[in-house]
Amino acid sequence: MSQQALTIDGLETVYDALATAIDQAGADKAQLFLVKLALLNANALADEHLFQQQITAALQDL
Amino acid sequence: MHTPTTEARPSIYYTYEVFKPWLASEHPKQDRQKVVIVGSGPAGMVTALELARHGVASVVLSAELQFSQGSRAICFTRRSMEILQQVGVAERMTEGGLPWRFGNSFYRGQRVFRMEAPHDADDRFFPIINVQQQFMEEYLHDACKANPLIDFRWGNKVNKVDQKDGYAVLEVDTPEGPYAVESDWVVAADGGRSGIRTALNLQMEGASYEGFFVIADIKINLPLPTERLAYFDPDWNPGNTILMHREPNGIWRVDYQLPAGETPEEALRPESLKTRIDAQLAMIGHAGVPWTMDWSSVYSARTLTLPDFVHGSVIFTGDAAHLLPIFGVRGANTAFQDAQSLGWHLAFVVKGLAGPTLLANHSTERVGAAREIITEAGKSTRFMAPPSPGFRLLRDAVLSLSLTQEFVRPLYHWRTSRPHEYTHSLLNSAGDDNGLFKSGPAHGAPPQNVRLAANDFLLDHLGGGFDLLYFTDTALPEALQQAIQTARAQGMPLNVIAVGATQAVAGADQHLPDADGHLRQRYGVPANGGAYLLRPDQHICARWLTLDATRLQAALTTALPQ
Repeated sequence: MSQQALTIDGLETVYDALATAIDQAGADKAQLFLVKLALLNANALADEHLFQQQITAALQDL
Repeated sequence: MHTPTTEARPSIYYTYEVFKPWLASEHPKQDRQKVVIVGSGPAGMVTALELARHGVASVVLSAELQFSQGSRAICFTRRSMEILQQVGVAERMTEGGLPWRFGNSFYRGQRVFRMEAPHDADDRFFPIINVQQQFMEEYLHDACKANPLIDFRWGNKVNKVDQKDGYAVLEVDTPEGPYAVESDWVVAADGGRSGIRTALNLQMEGASYEGFFVIADIKINLPLPTERLAYFDPDWNPGNTILMHREPNGIWRVDYQLPAGETPEEALRPESLKTRIDAQLAMIGHAGVPWTMDWSSVYSARTLTLPDFVHGSVIFTGDAAHLLPIFGVRGANTAFQDAQSLGWHLAFVVKGLAGPTLLANHSTERVGAAREIITEAGKSTRFMAPPSPGFRLLRDAVLSLSLTQEFVRPLYHWRTSRPHEYTHSLLNSAGDDNGLFKSGPAHGAPPQNVRLAANDFLLDHLGGGFDLLYFTDTALPEALQQAIQTARAQGMPLNVIAVGATQAVAGADQHLPDADGHLRQRYGVPANGGAYLLRPDQHICARWLTLDATRLQAALTTALPQ
């Protein structure tokens, strides 16, 4: 994974923002919202191999 | 007894001619044929015309007595037109066709993507031209009829193909009963439901996608340009996709995906068609415009190919060899490339100029093309008709993002059919200068057309055999002329064009002045003495910065393996 990492404060901010946004999207749109977000993140990441690693990590321990 | 209908098919815009069946009793008994082509669609007829061009006679068998029902294939690519030009029907296609180059994708009433297909000043033909398939078949049939090497037999249905040692025996049924015909080669151009493929029990490789599309042709007057229109997830057909194309003769193609679980029979009920077409017209702002139905059908997307097109004396081509989704206009456009390739490969084998390796090369090249198309078309298909919840979710996320985010919009691109490059073909010369060129079409690539003057293009001058473009303003070196003569003496058709010569030069059949050096520049040739060798399908098989007799000889030998 990347050397860069969020600060604890930053991670907490992301945590709250994402949870709030999922609630705002509503149960029937949460999946769609998360996929849109993933695509925006992937584009910002600009690295399809790193994104694949993240997919693998996220698929673990479901 | 085979009794095809003698009733002309119904059509608003096309008058079907019902042809007389070919009956064995009306003809003298015939010897074994060189080539019998089963099927008279685009693949069958172009194969016959290409074979004839190389001097090989064929028999074309059509089970029906008339051209195919409905418009079917309507969008023909530039490369298809270049191939049709080679067999003499491009002018008629152009006269009756609607050329275009723009495509639009809509979501929630917003145009989220506009495709602009490039149109180079050096191209004679537009990226796409719309012509209904019946007209295209009529033009090809007229060309076949005018050719003494093509024996066209209407109302002849193949019941059985028996493979023998080095030839095949076909049982052909007709309105007076069956007769037998022997042939060295059988071209199975009998379409997507190929009876010959089934009889030989051949399995295709690839995927079939769930979900059906209705394809409907309506006569309607819509004030819209000839451009591709694609609508995603509209209110009247949630989650699904609708395509529209203008056709000639006041016809529009409306193509829509069916909700999951609906059967083709339900979808083709007149009231179902009417409700949906009315809804589509209302959505694009033309509610209530009167229309009449011409033809409708149902299809599903498949990406399947035979892993080998040659089986004994039987060679599969076109839809009989592979089934490709229509997204990206892959059916007939691929069939033309198959048939053009098969025509010359088979002709050279029939004439004894090359061995079975050449036919194996045809199969390798065209299976490779089919696989490339399957990879590309699979992407389009997964976007147009998502095959699983995951693909649907991603597609819906892209639709939603595309309203504001530029980066996802290219995913709407439908990847139009393009000619396959035979980059690793067995026929490419190993000892030429391919890798040293900085531009121009490389090994295996189709040719780059070049405008020479008003209504005069490079491709107008090519075809019918191998073409050697030799860049010179003077006579060809003696040794080169010698090598060319030797190849010709062995039966190789080789047309030599002197590029850069203002008058006829010794050793060349034609000369192109290329006064402004434009052709030379497009082909990346820095100086006189450079050359390109094009196969009979115009794909490049060798190119040199400086050609010499030894390397020409080597390239010609490589191009016709024994």
